[in-house]
Amino acid sequence: MTVETPVRSSPLDGWQNTFDRLPESLAIREIPFLTQLSLRVEPGSPAARAVEDALGIALPGPSRADMSGEVKALWLGPDEWLLVAPPDQGHDLVTRLRAAIGDAFATVTDVSAQRTTLALSGHLTREVLARGCAIDLDPRVTPVGSCLTTLLAQAGVTLVVRGVAASSAWLLVRSSFAGYLASWLVDACTEYRGDV
Amino acid sequence: MQLIECPWCGAREEAEFHYGGQAHVAHPEDPHALDDEQWARYVFFRDNPKGPFAERWAHAAGCRRWFNALRDTVTHEFLAVYRVGDPPPPVPGTAPATHRTAPGAQPRQGQEATS
Repeated sequence: MTVETPVRSSPLDGWQNTFDRLPESLAIREIPFLTQLSLRVEPGSPAARAVEDALGIALPGPSRADMSGEVKALWLGPDEWLLVAPPDQGHDLVTRLRAAIGDAFATVTDVSAQRTTLALSGHLTREVLARGCAIDLDPRVTPVGSCLTTLLAQAGVTLVVRGVAASSAWLLVRSSFAGYLASWLVDACTEYRGDV
Repeated sequence: MQLIECPWCGAREEAEFHYGGQAHVAHPEDPHALDDEQWARYVFFRDNPKGPFAERWAHAAGCRRWFNALRDTVTHEFLAVYRVGDPPPPVPGTAPATHRTAPGAQPRQGQEATS
């Protein structure tokens, strides 16, 4: 009898072949296993300052994301952020932040398994997203660094605008919705087949 | 689709929001002091005006925060949105809105759900 070793698989394991066949002007790639921490803290409080000092960033304001450092901070709500870091840093980061916060009031929770991340790039990005999303992706309304939790094709996503005029974006989607969203994106690209 | 202005996120589609009924219904300070009729009145009885109505809404698919809105029930127009804990804004052309409170209720800070 063989003992099966559990192998970690991402929600969109096996989709890359399909993504590779999309039009050249839209590239989709899953970034699996990113470390994601839910941070709940009152902005401006001693705990918030402790987190900012520990990470070396300022927690971004409403509908904004700080994508500059290794640990990225995405605004989810008035007292809630999602901290995104490279894979397998959850334990270290949680320990570090909890030590920095000390007795001040904040919660840091590892939620890495909640969502997976899709990186979209290419000049069709904005047009394809507009097929299922009511957010105005004009750079005057949503400049680079915008972070919007909204519905895309009725699935809840957090959309981070990374390139000018949404020429590249991150989509953070709940793991259980990832397959649906991937099929929706592929379907939304159908009419652009043959476009360059 | 109608757009609703979230106090945190700005204008978003109506489908992102959940309705939470009448706003400013204070929880009784001492529920045990109420008789059944007064309790039933607190639990089940709500205003049903034709015109401006202060309501609770939640931006369920966005920042997940509750907020209050003054909405015209005839036209569905949102006259104002304001944060939980703020007093309702005056309705144009009417007397200032009165808080509806259950018997024995004292308005308290943070009595309405915030998340």
